[in-house]
Amino acid sequence: MHPFISELLNKKPVITDGAWGTQLQALGLNPGEVPDIWNLTNPEKVFHVAKSYVDAGSAVILTNTFGANRFRLAEAEDYSKKVREINKRGVEISLSAAGDRAYVFASIGPSGKILMMGDITADDLFFAFSEQAEAIANAGAHAIVIETMSDIEEAVIAVKAAKQTGLPVVACMVFDSGKDKDRTMMGNTPEEVAEKLINAGADIVGSNCGQGIETFVKICKRLYEASKRPVWIKPNAGLPQVVDGKAVYKVSPQDFAKYVPEIINSGAGFIGGCCGTNPYFISEIKRTIESMKSV
Amino acid sequence: MVDLNQLSDAIINGNAEVARSVTEQALKEGIEPIKIVNEYMIPAMNEVGRRYDCNEYFVPELLVAARAMKACLELVRPLLTGSGVKSAGRVVIGTVKGDLHDIGKNLVAAMLEGGGFEVIDLGVNVSPEKFVEAVRQNDANIVAMSALLTTTMPGMKTTIEALKQAGLRNKVKVLVGGAPITQKFADEIGADGYSENAPGAVSLAKKLLAA
Repeated sequence: MHPFISELLNKKPVITDGAWGTQLQALGLNPGEVPDIWNLTNPEKVFHVAKSYVDAGSAVILTNTFGANRFRLAEAEDYSKKVREINKRGVEISLSAAGDRAYVFASIGPSGKILMMGDITADDLFFAFSEQAEAIANAGAHAIVIETMSDIEEAVIAVKAAKQTGLPVVACMVFDSGKDKDRTMMGNTPEEVAEKLINAGADIVGSNCGQGIETFVKICKRLYEASKRPVWIKPNAGLPQVVDGKAVYKVSPQDFAKYVPEIINSGAGFIGGCCGTNPYFISEIKRTIESMKSV
Repeated sequence: MVDLNQLSDAIINGNAEVARSVTEQALKEGIEPIKIVNEYMIPAMNEVGRRYDCNEYFVPELLVAARAMKACLELVRPLLTGSGVKSAGRVVIGTVKGDLHDIGKNLVAAMLEGGGFEVIDLGVNVSPEKFVEAVRQNDANIVAMSALLTTTMPGMKTTIEALKQAGLRNKVKVLVGGAPITQKFADEIGADGYSENAPGAVSLAKKLLAA
């Protein structure tokens, strides 16, 4: 494991951050707008989200670069040529919000294409992820998080590309398929995922998005046993429910935090939230962890 | 004589090359195209769906099977046109306005093609007007909409309203799907059906058109 991660884990559990997309939407991001572009057009709002997590107690914050790869950016006019700039600004914004209070783990999300559909080749993917990872590393991020991956082949390519930078790499996938909801979209188990990601060079493996926190306990345990390392966990605030035609996440920060001790006891070394979570969830996680320690 | 069970096996195992060559040979030997479709190809796809339902198959197996099925259908379909046999239906599919996610939509499109439907794929970020226009131009009988974002889900309702206004709502069945979508939401917005996965969308589409 990368020495930086080992050192950070001396103080585990490490509190990470919550959702960015839903927070940016609350600040006016329109549906269909690629959030990453806001690093150039609305940096003060992106900074606001980053700082709100640091203020809430995140020891690690991510960056607004989840979709800043050339494939996703090409969906928004012609931003595909601005990969470097958007990633650079994204990392800089999080670094300035973090100050000396938090570390910045830069986010790399999926390409949005499926390798086996033949839309793109493995070489295309490797090139795109390398381009993004290099921009992130040059901007001074402390680590890279590859997240919300559904296809293990794509995740492995992303890990290899990210490792070239020399930064520590966390890699996590979505488990939401199969009758027990413990497989990836492509049918892989936590054990298969852990083995492939670690072999590809990931320092830490984990799971994010997809489902509510209660389903993460078992997955966390299995990832921990298979990877033999503390696990990265970021669940959703449940699944959205529809009220008057609008989607709302109904799980409260307190409901969410109730599961935190069990998740930590199942091997989580990093804990935060994904879609639907916000700084209140982070404060509540922090409170829960502090009360665990005082017992 | 060609062994058509090989065709079923090839589709189930996603071997497009074998599936195609067995179909070619069967046609050469004068076997009725409709028999090949109804007695071998469709049951094979049903078996694929069954395996998916009981966790033996996942998305990769679905995709290769749908691809093998499509390869066979391309050979057989031209021969069916004169015989009074129509395609399973004509589907206009797209991800709703404001939403740029296309993986789920592409999977459903591939499975529908494998299920014998003609699919007109409008891509992502499709406005209600574009759906309406495509239904009109293609004389479609199914509209399939996808959304991955909670903020774009209401676009499904807007599209259904637009179909009503254009006087096309009674001509089409509306299917919806995507991570945040539920049966309850589908009912609320007045869609005809919801499926939580791609093979489910195919059986649903067939059921709705048969009704």
